[in-house]
Order: sequence, then C-alpha cells, then structure tokens
Amino acid sequence: MTLAAVQQRMRERLTRSGPDDHHATQTPGYRIYRNHYRAQLVHCLETSYPMLSGWLGPDEFLQAAIQYIDDHPPHAWTLDAYGATFQSTLQDRYPHNPDIHELAWIEWSLSESFVAMDAPTSSPGLLGELDWEAVRLRLAPSVRLCKATTNAMALWHAWNSAAALPESEMLATAGGLIIWREDFICRLKQLDAIEHAALLLLHDDSRFAGLCAALVEHLGETPGVRRAGELLAGWLHMGIVHCEC
Amino acid sequence: MFPPLPGFAGFGLGLRKEHYRDFLETPVPVDFVEVISENFMVDGGQPRHILRQVRERHPVALHGVSMSVGSIDDPDIRYLRRLRALVDEIEPLFVSDHLSWSRIGRFNSHDLLPVPYTREALDIVCRHIDAAQEALGRAMLFENPSVYLRHEEQDMNEWEFLATMAQRTGCGLLLDVNNVYVSSCNLGWDADAFLSGIPADRVRQIHLAGHTKTDELLIDTHDKPVCGDVWALYRDALALFGPIATMIERDDDIPPLPALLKELDIARGMARRPRSSEAA
Repeated sequence: MTLAAVQQRMRERLTRSGPDDHHATQTPGYRIYRNHYRAQLVHCLETSYPMLSGWLGPDEFLQAAIQYIDDHPPHAWTLDAYGATFQSTLQDRYPHNPDIHELAWIEWSLSESFVAMDAPTSSPGLLGELDWEAVRLRLAPSVRLCKATTNAMALWHAWNSAAALPESEMLATAGGLIIWREDFICRLKQLDAIEHAALLLLHDDSRFAGLCAALVEHLGETPGVRRAGELLAGWLHMGIVHCEC
Repeated sequence: MFPPLPGFAGFGLGLRKEHYRDFLETPVPVDFVEVISENFMVDGGQPRHILRQVRERHPVALHGVSMSVGSIDDPDIRYLRRLRALVDEIEPLFVSDHLSWSRIGRFNSHDLLPVPYTREALDIVCRHIDAAQEALGRAMLFENPSVYLRHEEQDMNEWEFLATMAQRTGCGLLLDVNNVYVSSCNLGWDADAFLSGIPADRVRQIHLAGHTKTDELLIDTHDKPVCGDVWALYRDALALFGPIATMIERDDDIPPLPALLKELDIARGMARRPRSSEAA
C-alpha cells in the first residue's frame, strides 16, 4: 500500500462520525488516535469559546461541537484557527438567538485581536500638524467590527468579571461592537450606529474628507464636520486608527 | 547539505504559560528553554513580546508540531515562511519537529500520526526535510514519535528509518526517551536496540517526560513526572551519547516551577554520574 493510500485511509477512519465497527479501528491504537482527534478539537472549541461553553451548558455545547467537527474537519496549519467558523454552526442550531451569534463573534474576535499585527500609533497632539488632503486614516490590524443588535457586550462583561449575568435583550437601537488591542490588552466597546458606520467606511475610503462627507450627509454641515473631528480624536486616543501621510 | 549542528550540553525546560512570570521576573537556573514554535508564529501581540523577553535571558529552542514531514503532500510553504521569520528573529539554539504526519489534502489532524517505515516513505520524508532545511537555511532536529499502532507495511524498523533519514538529509535527532519507552512497550520492540541503532553523532537534544499507563497501552501524556524506567533509559542514552542538551517536557497538570527544576536536577545528577543509581 502506498503512503498516500495509508494516509487517506487513516484520515477516513479518524474523521468518520458515529460508531465505527471496522475491525481495524477496534484496535487500542486506533482508538487512541481517534479519541485524541475528537477530544482535541472539542477542547480547542471550549478554549476559543469559554463563555459560550459555560452559558450553553456542557451537554449543549458538546452537541454543537460534535456537529461542527463532523461538518468542518480542520485544515489550517494551526489549531488556533479551528474555531473560526464555529459561528456558522451556532447560527444553524440557534437561528433565533442573535445574542449567541454576537457572543460567538466577541469571543472569536478577542482571540484574533490578541495576536494581530502590532501597529504604529498616532498621538492626538499631531492633529494640528496634519496635511488633511494627503493624510490616510488606517485601522489598526487588531480592530474587529460587527453590528450589535443585542446586549451581548453587557453579557460578556458580566461573565468576564464573574458578576451575575443580565437577561438577554435586544437593543432599542442597533449599533456596533468594536474589539481592538491596546498594548497587550484586548478591549470591547459598544458603538452607536453612526460611529460604527464611520469606522466601516474607513475600510473603503481612508480619506478624512470621505469621513467628513459621510457624516455631513447624515448630520448636516456643521454637526457632521464637528462629529468627524471628535471621532478621529477619540480613535487616535484609543489607538484604533493611525494617520499615514 | 547544511553543516552538522554544534553540541550543547545544557539542561532546560519547556516554557509554558503557567511559568511566564517566573521566567520574566526571576532568574531561573536553566541553560535553555524550549517553546512550541506554532504558539509564537503569530503576527504580533503578547506571545511574541514575551518570547523576545525570554530570549534576552536564555537560549531558546524552537520545537514544532505541525511541519508534517511524513505527509504525502509537500511542506506548507506559508508555514515554512512563518517559521523562517520566527527563526530569523529568535536565532534559536535548535529548530525541531517530529517524524510524523498530520496533513493530507485539505485535512489537518493536528496529531503526530505514525509514518509507515517503508522505502517510499523514507524517500518522501527525506525530500521534505531537505525542503524544510533549505527554507529555514539551517539543519533541523527530528524527534522520534510515540506510536500506538503498527502499520502493516514496513520495510525497516524505526531506528533504521531514523538513521538513514539523518544520514541522507544531514538533520540531527531529537531523542525523546519517553517516546522510545512508550513505543517500545506498545509495539513490543527493544528500547536498547533503538538506542544502539540510531547514529550517536546525530543526537543533539533529549526530551524527558511522563506518560500514562492504561489497561492496553502507554500514552504519551506529558502530565506526570518522569518514571523510573524512563530515567533508567536516559542513563543508558547518556552512556551511549555522552552529554546532550536535555529538557523536561510537561504539558498538562503543570506543577509549580520548583518541582520541574527539581526533576531537572535529577537529569543533571545523572549526566555527572551516568552509571550511578541516583534517581531510579
């Protein structure tokens, strides 16, 4: 048997879901590899989604993990990437629970942000020296953004500080969530819809003039320009945006 | 072929999160630390920062688990580029991985699966080691795996495979004494024959670790102190190979650092008196 055939056969035996009654896989050695394969992936998901694994309960989380493992065999070079699409399985299993979807986004984005590329920072004091026509506003590599419709942030903060969890509820007005890294600490903050949209805009148009134009369209001439300045000062202070000339 | 790696007869520990503070804030009496390469092959943030700080205090060995030189598929070039960047920054004492496979096609088991010891597999493994060493610009070490099953298809035994692999590629060997013990018990071969069968001049590093005994097999769990039988085998290895860089691996149920340093002292004592009966 060729090496390719040996490895293809072992892959099939490792990933087969449900009971496996093939005589070759009943040997103690195969059982060790097969159990290790699945146990390692479950552990990886528990580590990537610590709040959800507790919130859903061990049995429910395990069922979700098993579904994910059966549908998504790992392929990346690092096990750390394995849980990247677990949110799709959670959306599948809990289609009417946006709180679960947003909590999953928070937990995954925190882990991504933690090891994102280091970024330069720009002091808010530099604002007076910038060439506003030439400057480009760049989001820090650690920034992650998503739409917020529930109080997932409050739930996560309560869990993180070991406080009593509030009831899940929908927000009166949808907004956004941002995760970023400040030095080595990841931060999570809720944004109003305007700031969320303004940050998303920077992906496509990094000019300050573009930001001003979008805000003027929403808020009017003077309030729009004022809000653009306030937002930029805040972003520079938080270290989520830096200026490139 | 790259020149043989120089010898280094120090004593080290695996760097684990539980001991970061000890290593960053206190002088730790080790000659080197070993880290899992993949944990630091990240874009930025705290892990890389910690490794830089540790590197300022100790020589660092990079030990990988994902190279998969035993795969039918070629090494992952993106993986090698990331590892090369880490190597260039850290300037490690050794760069090592395992004689095993993890990937086939788009599937990655993230386990160190056993390679069948065939002539075909030997050609493929050697080709992949050549490619990896070329990509990293240096010779590597490869570790003997712990094995739980025997492939039906074998042209040679494990030590013959390792010896030929080292001779053909110029790589060094990372001798995991616990893995020799675990595999020899599980597959019923002679651990002393293994030690005598690998080329002494290629062994550059030794791993010591604990394992778990089940009703059927031994499992390489790294969650216990090194047992007496493995210490005895380490003594045999010292007698054959002389002073070699030695470290304790502990990955689960990790005790406070002093407990591991005490275990490392046993290794030091044995290296000073390879034929006494200090620890077993």
